[in-house]
Amino acid sequence: MRHHLILRVVTKLLVGAIILFAFYVQFHGDYSPGGGFQAGVIMAVAFILYGIVFGLRKVQAVFPTWMVHRLMALGVLVYAGTGIVSMLFGFDYLDYGAFSPEHPSHGQHTGILAVEAGVGITVTGVMIAIYYAFAGRPPRISDEEW
Amino acid sequence: MIETLINLVLFTMLVATAIAVVTIRRLFAMVMLSGVFSLLSALLFVTLDAVDVAFTEAAVGAGISTVLMLATLALTSRTEKQSSRSIVLPLTVVTITGAAIIYGTLDMPNFGDANAPAQLGVAAQYMENSPHDIDVPNVVTAILASYRGYDTLGETAVVFTAGAGVLVLISGLQGRRRREDEEDEDPEVNS
Repeated sequence: MRHHLILRVVTKLLVGAIILFAFYVQFHGDYSPGGGFQAGVIMAVAFILYGIVFGLRKVQAVFPTWMVHRLMALGVLVYAGTGIVSMLFGFDYLDYGAFSPEHPSHGQHTGILAVEAGVGITVTGVMIAIYYAFAGRPPRISDEEW
Repeated sequence: MIETLINLVLFTMLVATAIAVVTIRRLFAMVMLSGVFSLLSALLFVTLDAVDVAFTEAAVGAGISTVLMLATLALTSRTEKQSSRSIVLPLTVVTITGAAIIYGTLDMPNFGDANAPAQLGVAAQYMENSPHDIDVPNVVTAILASYRGYDTLGETAVVFTAGAGVLVLISGLQGRRRREDEEDEDPEVNS
């Protein structure tokens, strides 16, 4: 896509805004529609868009494949780990009241933030990993045929 | 009145898109139309006040899956192959399944019915207790992450498993293709 000047300029402008929006959806999920799953997808879209326009090698220089693969597992570990931590405080598994026994609802906020982060990390990792896996194979259709 | 009109327009466009997807032969147009289909469904979810679901449908259905379908398309071919088989059997199966589904909807409660099973279960309890228990304005998030935390943990594990499965599948294919390429090259070397 070396010749698509408008696409490249617009992509450079948009990628930052998309990532910012992903963080907004991630951390504002308590107050407005959204949450970890949607935020993860939007975050992945930023990298996929960059990869489509600038090529797989450029985006893998920013976000290497090994890091994406580790993020996939990290998210699940963060989620499950939140439950383990609440058990260490002597509460039930995934009982967020553990994080602030005096104010159970504050503990709930902390717990929800932690598990939503876990969901977001895993979804980001999985979406980008699948894109890398597909885009990394040599295409059988040449650019002109589209 | 205005909502009925909007629903009518959206459903008409949805059906038109579905028919176009079925009849069209160019796969590129088909992928784009399925993205349009997802976007229209997302709009329908908005009119049903299910904004969280609409958000997911727009991001995943219209965004990511369209890109992944295009990526798959680049690895295969551009047009659908003409099938030589008769359409009688598939048509019968689809008609019977469709009729069964429509028959099943006859038992469903009316839209917005206060006595529907979905309203009588734990939903009312969640709505009543979540301002005090969890104090999060978006009840969907409260249910998803706290009341139903186990379920969401399971869903996250499913997403992870699906991603790992795709990776194993694709890398396995890569290895096979490399072997095939080597086998193809070998005879030329010998001759």
